[in-house]
This record gives sequence, C-alpha cells and structure tokens, in this order.
Amino acid sequence: MKADKVLDAKGLACPMPIVKTRKAIKEIEAGQILEVQTTDKGAKSDLTAWAKSTGHELLDSNEEKDVFTFWIKKG
Amino acid sequence: MSERKTTNIILFSGDYDKAMAAYIIANGAAAYDHDVTIFHTFWGLNALRKEEMVPVKKGFMEKMFGGMMPRGADKLGLSNMNFMGMGPKMIKGVMKKHNAMPLPDLIDMAREQDIKLVACTMTMDLLGLHKDELLEEIEYAGVAAYLADAENGNVNLFI
Repeated sequence: MKADKVLDAKGLACPMPIVKTRKAIKEIEAGQILEVQTTDKGAKSDLTAWAKSTGHELLDSNEEKDVFTFWIKKG
Repeated sequence: MSERKTTNIILFSGDYDKAMAAYIIANGAAAYDHDVTIFHTFWGLNALRKEEMVPVKKGFMEKMFGGMMPRGADKLGLSNMNFMGMGPKMIKGVMKKHNAMPLPDLIDMAREQDIKLVACTMTMDLLGLHKDELLEEIEYAGVAAYLADAENGNVNLFI
C-alpha cells in the first residue's frame, strides 16, 4: 500500500508507538495515509483502539518477522 | 472549543514503578487527544522534586522530611523488590534493554504533550516542600481544582 508518510517506531516500548503515531498523523493532511512500523507486541490492539477513538481509519495491517506494519488513513 | 475528553490521575504514591505507570497512562491519554492532568499529592510530590539540593528555610520536621524523602523522579524506590535501592538499578537496566522510557523522560514527554502537572499545596505544607524545590512550570492547586477537572472526566485514576 502506498503511504504518504512512514513512521519507524521499531524497538520502541509502550507508550511511545502511539505518542509518535499521533505526532506523525498531525503532520499529514486528512485522507492521506500514514504507515507505522513497530515491534511492540501490544501495538495491534493499541493502534486499532487508538485509530477508532481518535477518528482515523486503520486500513490494513501486516506482520512480518516480528515487525508489525499498519496503514492508517487520517480522518 | 470542542468537548475534549479528559483523563485525570491522582498520583499519591512515590514509588518509581507506580509513578511510571501513571505517566505512561498519562502520555497515552494525551496521544488519545485527551486533556490530561496529573494531580500529585503526598509521596507523589517527590516525583516533581528537583534533583539538586535547593536551599530553603525549613523547620526541624520539614528538614527531617526533606532529607528522608527521595529527591526527584530518578531517586524513587520500587514498591516491590526495592532491595535497599538495588531493585531500581536492576529494573532500569532491564528497561534500557527493552527500550522502555525512564521516568524522568516520561515526565519530560508529559510536559512536551502539554499534560497539566499539578502539585497539591496542602500536602506540600505537610511534607515541608517548597515551590523552589519542585520543577518549574507546574501548577499549584487543591481539591476543588482537581474536582473541577475530574467531575466531567472520562478517565479518573488514583495511583
């Protein structure tokens, strides 16, 4: 999936993935897509809940070699 | 202004691990676009103490308290397995390995995210803590200010 911005949050522990995701999403326009890469095992639940609560849309996610990738469309 | 959700945390404990939990939740809540307040009371005030010794005029009891209480976030002990200060050293090593943010960094992050840090003035008096001994740019208030934040709060925690 094509992203307008990529955030490398690999290696960061809670709560940094969502703190960084929020910062990154502020830097893009509504409708644009942010790609977030993390290694935090809680990230899937965290980012799903976060996107839902803050009005963004989690388009897709993927897990490969302990790296989770999420594509979030800014609401 | 839109009706933003709020998270209000009372940090009563001066334990490193509990303060860390409070600040992780606070930083997460700020990332959730909540307006966040941490109200520091009793031992929780120690997390806001400056590391360096600040010369202030104190009475005997105030001096005793001041000397016995940890000076700042990095000096707090663990609620469990403190082992005379060995525990915090061990856990900080493990935290580094797992890239978890140390408490002083979590406090810096909280300030960066505009989390309101409030010191309870009544318990400051009880413990003999002066404003000069606490971090700059925090707020000072009592129970009414806390309740004003909390009564419409979405998340209210006592730690």
